[in-house]
This record gives sequence, structure tokens and C-alpha cells, in this order.
Amino acid sequence: MSQPANMPRWASLWLMPLLNLFAALFVSGLVIALIGEDPVECLKLMINGAFGYPEGIGYTLFYTTSFIFTGLAVAAAFHAGLFNIGGEGQMYLAGLGVTLVCLQFDYLPAYVVIPLAMLAAILFGGAWALVPGYLQAKRGSHIVVTTIMFNFIASSLMTWLLVDKLRMEGSQTPATREFAQNAWVPMLHEWFAPLGVELPNTPLNASFFLALIALVLFYLVVWHSPKGFVTRTVGLNEKAARYAGIPVDKVIIAVMCVSGALAGLAAINELLGSTHRMNMGFTNGIGFVGIAVALMGRNHPVGILLSALLFGALTQGGLDLSFEKPAITREMIIFTQGLIILFCGALENLFQTPLSAAFKRMLKNQ
Amino acid sequence: MDMIFSVLDATLRVSTPLVLAALAGLFSERSGVVDLALEGKMLAAAFAAACVAYIAQSPWVGLGAGIAAGMAVAMLHGMVSITYNGNQLISGVAINMMVSGVTPVLALAWFQQGGRTPTLSDEARFTAIDLPFADAIAHSPALKTFFGHNILVYLALLLIFVVSWVVYKSRFGLRLRAVGENPHAADAAGISVKGVRYMAQAVGGALCGVAGAYLVLAQTGAFIQDMTAGKGYLALAALIFGKWRPWAAVLGCLIFAFTDAIQIRLQGVELPLIGSIPDAFIQALPYVLTVVLLAGFMGRAVAPKAIGVPFVKSR
Repeated sequence: MSQPANMPRWASLWLMPLLNLFAALFVSGLVIALIGEDPVECLKLMINGAFGYPEGIGYTLFYTTSFIFTGLAVAAAFHAGLFNIGGEGQMYLAGLGVTLVCLQFDYLPAYVVIPLAMLAAILFGGAWALVPGYLQAKRGSHIVVTTIMFNFIASSLMTWLLVDKLRMEGSQTPATREFAQNAWVPMLHEWFAPLGVELPNTPLNASFFLALIALVLFYLVVWHSPKGFVTRTVGLNEKAARYAGIPVDKVIIAVMCVSGALAGLAAINELLGSTHRMNMGFTNGIGFVGIAVALMGRNHPVGILLSALLFGALTQGGLDLSFEKPAITREMIIFTQGLIILFCGALENLFQTPLSAAFKRMLKNQ
Repeated sequence: MDMIFSVLDATLRVSTPLVLAALAGLFSERSGVVDLALEGKMLAAAFAAACVAYIAQSPWVGLGAGIAAGMAVAMLHGMVSITYNGNQLISGVAINMMVSGVTPVLALAWFQQGGRTPTLSDEARFTAIDLPFADAIAHSPALKTFFGHNILVYLALLLIFVVSWVVYKSRFGLRLRAVGENPHAADAAGISVKGVRYMAQAVGGALCGVAGAYLVLAQTGAFIQDMTAGKGYLALAALIFGKWRPWAAVLGCLIFAFTDAIQIRLQGVELPLIGSIPDAFIQALPYVLTVVLLAGFMGRAVAPKAIGVPFVKSR
């Protein structure tokens, strides 16, 4: 997306994202000041809410888990030069797979039903990305537009299923019944209790480790495997890839499936780790946050981990902040996320051009 | 018979903001700038129109504020896409998130009614215009369908003619299309590519402004959080459906609005042969149609050639 033009590596890897983050926080601060609150106090409250006490940290890491998955999903597609904006729909459909497995098989022991649910999440999420991937590869339909359309189609489809087919009998709310305990991914505080480690009661669950494993695998596959090489070649220069004999169409379709599957795994964290049932609209924008996570994290696992942590902290800290300051609602965080996407993903030239000029001058003077 | 007229009546009302937004997208995309930000432009306009019309107690002042807000957001999209050569897709997504986030926060801070603005009185809204032969209209559902609307509906209708004239017959339209198809050739011919693209953003922003203002001033009477509810994307779908041509895009809007209008009336109704159709299927229909069209199964939708590519002047 962006060239590291004339800038030292550390500057383009660390300085630029930090500058963009500060710019986004600064604009958010202006809006907070505009509605008559103190931005510095709000920032302190947010940091304290996210990291200041054990429950806060637990929730922050819980949100981080989902963001790692959707961030990896967007990054995987980016490496093949594709902008997958459909993480939201892919995660929603993956939730359907998880739900169907759990409603059918949650009498089975945990070590059967949880892997089955994960498999379903991967298959359903991947399948929902397969069609846009296929259309991009074979028919040239723009992936951005088709994945947006698929988000809307997923939303309509799931509304219908939840209202008419999957709703718990005798209930008015469009949600399924609670899954049996066999299907719950173990909470970390339950896991650590027998070892004598006291963790606070939060939805942070074993999916967090799954996310960390996914980060490592992502690194190995993208930078140290033939498949990753092929993917990056397609992303950097599709024509050269085609000329070198790489089956570009197949790569695009496969990468989209992997991307959808990664987005799908976020559904495991939400459904089996926290709510233990499917609610309408449970994805709640997590798929879109993945775009911000990938852009800010420069599509690299280390960056994605850090920026997922940042967005996890923003979400948890923002919720805490909205209790303290009722004027600053959850939507303020959506605004900040939008700003971060804007500055990191589209306005990088704002700082990059003057910065690389400054570095050039410095080098000349030496 | 009455049902047919009431469906047509609803189609006209629902299609108006879609038509305006699709025409806005037409300007932007024909100039070579992808416009996913239609949603954000409309939502910002709806919010501004609601606030200002409430304070000024005048729909016209509200409309002006809506247009100004739509243009302001368009200028942001233009600055990112045209001046800073940023990724236009990401800019659109980011702008939509920003507007969707900031409007309820401001609404809450200024009006303390949750994420919405106070309901407008009738004086601050656009209501059906009084025609001299109002009595005749009141008794005929057919006439009411076509003459019983507010002024913005007719404005939108007029704008379709204006826009298709501007795009195909005017000097600006020729430049617009040239810049969207081959900016380097246009540049060599002495046309300012950036200037034309900014102009297209400004016009598109104003049209989105009218669309957003319509939602508040002619439909709901208040700003509600995320009230555009995907209408910007639907308009974009209609634009693609119409292969980036004004009349065909309007037809797309009418089809989408028509499906929306019959959806409400088909709820729970048993149709011969098919049985009852879940509304979710009808809701998803525009999006499915767009995907099918994009896939090239219903004629090919060919985008303007330079779309999404920042223009960097060759030296």
C-alpha cells in the first residue's frame, strides 16, 4: 500500500503508526473538548479502565482476542493485494456454523464439540468469503463491493434465521437457547484456579491462546513458506506472478477462504467464550475493527498483536469511561476507530511526505 | 387498485434519497474517485439538517445545513483521495465509521435525548405541497400518488434530467468523464484533473446533502442514530446496477425502492405457487442482484477506467 520512501526502517515501523495514532487521538480529544469534557482526564480514565485493575485487563484481553482474529483476516487478504471488508459478515456466518454444531451436538464431551465448532467456524467463515473470492478471481468483480454486499446479505439471512428458525421456543428475543456447558471454551480464571492462581472473573478464555498461536502461524506461513511467498508475489505484482506461472486465480480464492476462516474464529471467542448463545448482531463491528487493526499493525503479526491490544484497550477503557462520563458513549470509540483507519490507511502521506523529506535533509547534512 | 397506488406512492418516497445519493455517487465515480463514503455524507447531512432545522424552525435553512455538511464530508474525502493520493476505499470506510460514531455523541451532548435530536414541528419539515387543485387530489388516489409529495421528491425528479444533461451534454460532463477514464490524456489536454475531481466531490456532496436532509425533513422528522441504515451502500449498488449511467441507476433505485415498498405489504401474505416470502429475502434482494450483475451474469458492469487510482501527474 505504502512505500517506505526514504525513511529509516524504525521510523516507518514505529514512528509513523504512533504519529497517526496521536493524530487520531488528538482529533478525538478536540471533539471531547467540544462537548465540554476534559480530554486529558478522559484519557486517564480510559487507560485506568483498560489496564488499571485486574478485571479491566481481563476484559481488554478478551476484546483483544477477537480483534487479533479479524485483524489477521484483513491482513491475510492484504498480502494478496485484496481488501476484504467482509470480515463482519464472515464472522456472522461462522457464528451460524458454531451455533448449528452446538445446538446439535452439545451433549458430546467438550473435546469433541469444541473442535467441531471450530471446524464449523472455519468452514462457514471461509465459505462466505469463497464466493467473493471466486467472483474476483474468475469474473473480475471488485472484492470490496462484493464483500460489502455479502455483509448485508449475511445480516438479512441471519435475521431471518434467528427470528424464524433458531429462536428459543417461547422467547421474544431473537437469540438461540444457551449452549450446554460442554461447548463452553474454558475461562482462564477457571483454568488457573486449581493451580492456585487467582484470576478475576472475566470472559477472557482459552481462545486467547488460540489467537496467539494463529499469530505465530501467520508469521511462519506468510514469510517462511512457499504458500506465503506465492501470496505476497500476487499481492505485490499480479502480472509478474501470472508470468512466473503462479495460478493467481487459485491463490486469490484460497487466500480469501483463509481470510474468512480467520474472521470466523473470532466467533468462537464471542459465542463459546462469552455469551454461550447466538444473539442477533453479535459481531457488533468486530469485523470492521479488524480493518483498523491490520492497517495500524502494518499487516505484521507483531503489529497486529499490539494494535489489537490497543483496540481492546480502547473498547474496554471506552466502556469504563462511558460509565464515568455518560456524555461519552460507546460511539465515541467508533469515531476514534474511524479516525485511526483514516490516518493509518488513507492519510499516511500527510506525515510520510514531510517526514521522509526531513530524513533526507538530515542524511545530506551528515 | 388502491394497493397499487399506495405501493407506487411508497416507491417514490423511498426512492428519492436513493436517487439523490446514486446521482452523487455518479459524479464522484465518473471522475475516478470511488465513493464508499456516500453513507457518511448522507448521515452527516441528516444530522446537520436535523439540528439546524430544529434551531431555525425552517426546513430550508435545515436543507442548506444538510448540503453544507454533505459537502464538508465530501471535501474530506476529496482531500484524502485527491490531494494526498490516499486509498479511496479505506477513506470511505473510515469516513462512514467516523460519522456514524460522532453524530450520536454530539446529539447526546447538545440535546440530551439519547443519540437523537428533538422531533421537528410541522413548520420545520417539508410537507406535501399545496396545489391549486388540492381538492381533486384528495379524492383520487391516482393523482395523490403523483401530486401529493413534498417538494424534495420533485426536486430529485428534476435533478435526474439535469444530471444526465450535465454528464453527457455539458463541457463539465465531458471533462468529468475524460478525467475518470483517462486522467493523463485529460491532463495533457490542459484539464486540471484534481480540479475536476474536487468539483465532482462538491456536487456529489451537495446531492448527498439533499438526500440526508430528505430523510430528516421529509420522512422521520428527527435525526436517529445510524438512520441511513445502508442507504448509501444501496445507492452505490444501484449505481453499479445502472453501469454508472444516470437513468439506469435511477431505474435501479426504483427497483430497490419498489421491492422495499412491496415487502411491507407482503408480510405474511400467501402468494400463489411460492407461499409467503420471508422479508429478509426481499431485503437482501438488491444486494444479491448487484452481486449477480457484478459477476457478469446480467451484462457486464464496466467501471470508469481510472476509478480508485490516485492521479499522479507524470513528469
